Amino acid sequence: MVAGLEAIEPTPAAPEGPWREFWRYFSANRGAVMGLLVIAVTIFLAITADLVSPHSPIASDSTAFLQPPVWQDGGTWNYPLGTDAIGRDMLSRLIHGTRFSLLIGCIVVAISGTIGVALGLAAGFFPGTFGILVMRLMDIVLTMPSLLLAIVLVAILGPGLVNAMIAVAITYLPFFVRVTRATVLGEMARDYVTASRVNGAGTLRLMLVTVLPNCLAPIIVQATLSFSTAILDAAALGFLSLGAQPPTPEWGTMLADSRDFVLRAWWVVTLPGAAILVTVLAFNLMGDGLRDALDPRLKR
Amino acid sequence: MLRFLLTRVSLVIPTFVGITLLAFILVHAVPGDPLQVMNGEYAITPERHAELMHEYGLDRPLPAQYLIYVGHVLRGDLGRSLITHAPVVEEFAALFPATIELSLSAMLFAVVLGLPAGILASVKRNTFLDHGVMGASLVGYSMPIFWWGLLLIILFSNTLGWTPVSGRIDVAYDIEPVTGFLLIDSLLSDDADAFRSALGHLVLPAIVLGTIPLAVIARMTRSAMLEVLGEDYIRTARAKGLIPLRVIGVHALRNALIPVVTVIGLQVGYLFAGAILTETIFSWPGVGKWLVDSINRRDYPVLQGGVLMIGTVVMIVNLAVDLLYGLINPRIRYRRA
Repeated sequence: MVAGLEAIEPTPAAPEGPWREFWRYFSANRGAVMGLLVIAVTIFLAITADLVSPHSPIASDSTAFLQPPVWQDGGTWNYPLGTDAIGRDMLSRLIHGTRFSLLIGCIVVAISGTIGVALGLAAGFFPGTFGILVMRLMDIVLTMPSLLLAIVLVAILGPGLVNAMIAVAITYLPFFVRVTRATVLGEMARDYVTASRVNGAGTLRLMLVTVLPNCLAPIIVQATLSFSTAILDAAALGFLSLGAQPPTPEWGTMLADSRDFVLRAWWVVTLPGAAILVTVLAFNLMGDGLRDALDPRLKR
Repeated sequence: MLRFLLTRVSLVIPTFVGITLLAFILVHAVPGDPLQVMNGEYAITPERHAELMHEYGLDRPLPAQYLIYVGHVLRGDLGRSLITHAPVVEEFAALFPATIELSLSAMLFAVVLGLPAGILASVKRNTFLDHGVMGASLVGYSMPIFWWGLLLIILFSNTLGWTPVSGRIDVAYDIEPVTGFLLIDSLLSDDADAFRSALGHLVLPAIVLGTIPLAVIARMTRSAMLEVLGEDYIRTARAKGLIPLRVIGVHALRNALIPVVTVIGLQVGYLFAGAILTETIFSWPGVGKWLVDSINRRDYPVLQGGVLMIGTVVMIVNLAVDLLYGLINPRIRYRRA
């Protein structure tokens, strides 16, 4: 063999694994990586909240009402981000707030994702009366502005964090049902589904083993984006005193408590909202990155 | 076309049934005696209670009660507020213009800024400008607007003293309600100061409510423009030697507008949801604040009626948007029919 030819011959590279390919697309999006980093920090803070926060999130210090953050006149290192109206440490409350935001996101997505995907799968497999019925029902839910529907549901169920999560989850159902059904209908026309059917696979096996895994990409993207809107909507309910109740250090509830001090103590207003914005932004950034990496067809 | 029209219009009926069901269930699912829920809490004798139950039809089976309720709704009777004892329909009609004025201003703000921003981003694709617009719109899209409103109050009302904090107009002005829109009414009354006051009260709430639609419209315009700019007829237009402004403003924008118009129409539902938060922050006397107050006061007839009215309005607007869309874009009309 001639030496020169050897250099031209391409070295047979191992085929790129799915994870590696995913990461190559995902990491090309700098915003997505930043979002992922922020989410990682949030998760870390949520897990270690009791260890890293300097004070208890609900203990109030009667000697330090509305103390400003450390860099302002009157601030001390004891309360780096200041205290709220009844002397609770803002930093500790913000750190504990990560738990509630992540919990809200997880539970809302789990509830509406599970039910929504199941309904969407069924509607895709049985497009007759059942499918039409499900889709009509979802259209009705969609007609209601989501926050209004959530408010009505909370009015029925009673205010509280759990009921707020259930209410928000119900308002997201249509999105999961629609995405799943549309993808299922697309996949059903493919040859591999016919092949599997010919091989004697039952309906349940076709649904869960054959078709569902191939529909996951848009569902995962939907789940990430729902995660961020769930945090926003639950915080909005908290702000209207319909979500988590005081003294829970949920960011929306903290904002509701702070409204009377808008003009006197900027930090009790600014910080919880900034925490919501940063977390929601991080999930939206990651959602965009996931969409690009998982489904180039959806890329706009 | 007729078939498309009929199919789309016939979908309204099950949706309306759904909305009435939701409003009906609302009052019956709230814990407590429905009579108390509907009429407030006061002590009455068991005999009087039974009598009232019969009078309101509350001793009938639920399906019958539902039909009675729908009968009332169709005749425009939504009950009376427990607090003010005024008919819910009248209260709604009195407050609705304030919400519409706010929503329209918010939409105007979103479209006037969002369209040019999206077009600019698409034309200057992958430049600093594009990234800036897209970054800003993602932040806007992630914004907790109830917090955004408080921030603007701190900055513009408190620190700079430019705008008032709450309400629709200064109490000093007594404007005769002609249209219900204070901007127009104050113009009609020839009082420039009143108009300035109304405008000053409107600016911040409109910005707050318009922020998320602005972000959505900018993103949508950009992606629709990018899709269109890659088409052959754009290349043809350029090859003919048309000036870029004409190619982008006429050839591209016209076609890109179709999805953008739909997105604008779909924001109507959001506007009502956002109005609930915005009106609460700025004490704007519209239906959003009215609904939140009704929950806090346990004024269930108001909540029930308000939900029904808003659901119906959104349903009708969605229908109008769909029909308009079918008119603008024949592809939709034929595919669906």
